[in-house]
Amino acid sequence: MKTAELAAKLGATIVTGKAGIDKEIKGVYCCDLLSWVMSHAGKDSAWITVHTHMNIVAVAVLSEIACIIIPEGIEAEEATIKKAVQENIPILCTGLTAYEVCCIAHDCGI
Amino acid sequence: MNLHYEIPSDDLAHAGEASSSVKKMLVQLGIDPVRIKKAAVSMYEAEINAVIHGGGGSAEVTIDSDKIVIRIIDNGPGIADLELAMQEGYTTASDDIREMGFGAGMGLPNMKRYADELDIQTRPDKGTIVTIVVYFHQ
Ligand SMILES: Nc1ncnc2c1ncn2[C@@H]1O[C@H](COP(=O)(O)OP(=O)(O)OP(=O)(O)O)[C@@H](O)[C@H]1O
Ligand SMILES: [Mg+2]
Repeated sequence: MKTAELAAKLGATIVTGKAGIDKEIKGVYCCDLLSWVMSHAGKDSAWITVHTHMNIVAVAVLSEIACIIIPEGIEAEEATIKKAVQENIPILCTGLTAYEVCCIAHDCGI
Repeated sequence: MNLHYEIPSDDLAHAGEASSSVKKMLVQLGIDPVRIKKAAVSMYEAEINAVIHGGGGSAEVTIDSDKIVIRIIDNGPGIADLELAMQEGYTTASDDIREMGFGAGMGLPNMKRYADELDIQTRPDKGTIVTIVVYFHQ
């Protein structure tokens, strides 16, 4: 499923505009320990994290993560959004919990 | 090809720029994505360690037709007990750093896992040199 389609199913806001929204999502990974994410997240995953600082973009790029999902109504930082646009990493913000995001992604066949 | 990057101390916001830039270079060179990830992730871990634990330093990267050699050099406190530091979960990161999602104690284990060769030279108060080699064809 494409990032834009998942965003629609989640009712999430894509805060990075059109950057990377056609990327195909192959899985979901949820973790807030950055080194753990780099060692375990699968390529082309949607990554759910509560972090909003710029390093999440670097982690996503280096780990070949398709998009970042920030749950629980947390707002992404402006500098992070700018960097994500540059690096073609979509950021989706949603009021849902990580669990709810996973359930919906599962129902979508991810 | 030889590349040199300064790694600023305690500038976490910009940490990882050297690794990201090297990754882009490897993509341009058409290197196998699996090899690129190995190099990029291990370099990022070493770079972040230089920022958080080593007080900044520099990166020297050599790319040739069959491999990339990455040296991350800092002049920080060194690693007192390397064997202990290599264990998954061992960290001395502060609470502030941990709140940002660093400090899982997984950086060195990740380097070990992703690098084809890893060498760490470290001495108390003299700093640390991490050398990572990733081969492009193997
Ligand atoms: N360049 C360095 N200079 C001084 N100490 C270091 C250096 N690199 C690692 N260490 C020490 O080794 C420990 C383990 O490093 P490692 O990268 O595995 O985990 P971490 O950096 O604490 O957490 P993570 O990498 O998961 O965010 C560090 O907490 C630190 O005490
Ligand atoms: Mg580390």
